[in-house]
Amino acid sequence: MLNSLSNYFHKKQRLRLIALLTTPVLWLVVAYLGALAMLLVTAFFTINSFTGNVIQQFNLGNFQDMLTDVAYKNVFLRTLGIAISVTLICSVLAIPMAFYMAKITGPRSQKILVALVLTPLWASYLVKIYAWRTMLEPGNGVLDWLLGPIGIHSPGFGGPAIVIGLSYLWLPYMILPIYAGLERLPNNLLDASGDLGAHNFYTFRKIILPLIFPSLVAGSMFTFSLSLGDYITAQIIGGKLQMLGNVVYQNFSINLPFAATIAMIPVSIMALYLYLVRRTGALASM
Amino acid sequence: MSKVGGVSGTVIVSIKGLTRSFGDVHAVAGVTLDIYEGEFITLLGPSGSGKTTVLRMIAGFDKPDSGSIELGGEDVSQLPPFERDVNTVFQDYALFPHMNVISNIEYGLKVKGVAKQECSARALEALKQVRLEGYGERKPSQLSGGQRQRVALARALVNRPSVLLLDEPLGALDLKLREQMQIELKELQREVGITFIFVTHDQEEALTMSDRIAVFNNGRIEQLGTPREIYAHPVSAFVSEFVGQTNRISIEGMRINIRPEAITVSKSQTSGNRSLQGTLRDVIFVGSTTRYLVDTGRGTIISVVPVGELSLGDAVTVSWEKEKEFLVQ
Repeated sequence: MLNSLSNYFHKKQRLRLIALLTTPVLWLVVAYLGALAMLLVTAFFTINSFTGNVIQQFNLGNFQDMLTDVAYKNVFLRTLGIAISVTLICSVLAIPMAFYMAKITGPRSQKILVALVLTPLWASYLVKIYAWRTMLEPGNGVLDWLLGPIGIHSPGFGGPAIVIGLSYLWLPYMILPIYAGLERLPNNLLDASGDLGAHNFYTFRKIILPLIFPSLVAGSMFTFSLSLGDYITAQIIGGKLQMLGNVVYQNFSINLPFAATIAMIPVSIMALYLYLVRRTGALASM
Repeated sequence: MSKVGGVSGTVIVSIKGLTRSFGDVHAVAGVTLDIYEGEFITLLGPSGSGKTTVLRMIAGFDKPDSGSIELGGEDVSQLPPFERDVNTVFQDYALFPHMNVISNIEYGLKVKGVAKQECSARALEALKQVRLEGYGERKPSQLSGGQRQRVALARALVNRPSVLLLDEPLGALDLKLREQMQIELKELQREVGITFIFVTHDQEEALTMSDRIAVFNNGRIEQLGTPREIYAHPVSAFVSEFVGQTNRISIEGMRINIRPEAITVSKSQTSGNRSLQGTLRDVIFVGSTTRYLVDTGRGTIISVVPVGELSLGDAVTVSWEKEKEFLVQ
């Protein structure tokens, strides 16, 4: 019975393709693109300011508000700055770590290190951020207790705290793709560079960095987009600072269309980012 | 000044008492070797015999546990690769995949801060030397195996190192191309006059190209000499069996080795002072020669020198000169 079914499918190539792809395509179109389309459409709606009901009428008011109000521009620039800082910090931390894992240490500790990099992902996001709250607490936090005697103090809750927290949260997403990229990089390319007279830093700049660039891009997509959309970290360790996510969060019960408009910003930034990356040709080798 | 096997000159690489272990494995167990300026020397041996490890230590990719490597009179054994005046052609070429052919070749010159104009002039010249003019803009992925091989060669030679190290560079090529490259490499070496240290496990390749051969076994040099010396007077069973074809025979309580071309096979005639009776079991045509397999009371003997008409199943005599035998302990 099963056999004849598989025989049947073997003969009907098109049918086989349909059977294989129907579920994922449905998921992609309905749940994923559908939601995105709804977001886009809603962004052009407005609300009745008395009843709070959504008026389904095309209108550019939300965009006008967003683009003219200085407060939103500041939130936007701040969010962008935080996302860029987090991405840079994660890259700077991840490259040497991934290099050590992939090229220097033995196969046994390599496995252990990969497991260690992954462990934080098993813990709840909230637990980790509250842990950072305890660490960063000005005056009696862990950081002040530990480093206070040598004159270093916690930055307190605010922008730097958000950058530290997000860098900590997304670091594994940067390490893993770079580690995978370095694993694929043949050792003899490094040997060849040294053989031709290059010092280690020159080899890093001219050979390693260009060849792991696609991995770096892959990692930065995670760190950048996850930072752009985050609002919980800002709420817990951001002090009074707001990110774009917080504005969306505040608006979505009182002014859903405006929340959708704000939410379009990270989506557009990511689209622009992907477009720019694509133009560098880095994705061609992914 | 000294003269060894037709090569005379000054010692350029002097290796003394070199050892290197990986865990319990003694990859290199005491190698001493002088290499002369301008010679083509081959480190020949089966895999795991230590030849590649020696090469890697000359290049600086690996450091010896003990012993020294002198390059032009200076001990370089503890220096990093980028401070040694040697260049390497790697087994799988190790071309930089994100650079085109010209950038690959210019790499070593740019690192050393050679002026841009001279860089491109010398790179173009090197490209011409390996007969790849017009391929400068291609990426390594757009080249065939043989072409990549030539780029790797040009990339190393353009730096004019005092010694060029070649780690089984022809291993990945097909037979035809390999034979062609053997001749080209040898000609190129004569032309540029640079010392070549060539690692291979292919004895035919070693015999074809080398001024001298160092036969490696178990981390040591078993024999060092010209191809003729190695082939005609192997010092051990290992060398005679690894280099060239050989027959192993027990006679008068001794084990001897004898080359197929030293044995004649005939129905009536004997030539030489040793002979065995047998039956012609098979005749194998291999192009340049024909091998005659004869079953004797002392095992199968291969000969490539037939006398008179022979057909399968004939009762034949194999014979040879005693002086052509190598005694094996």
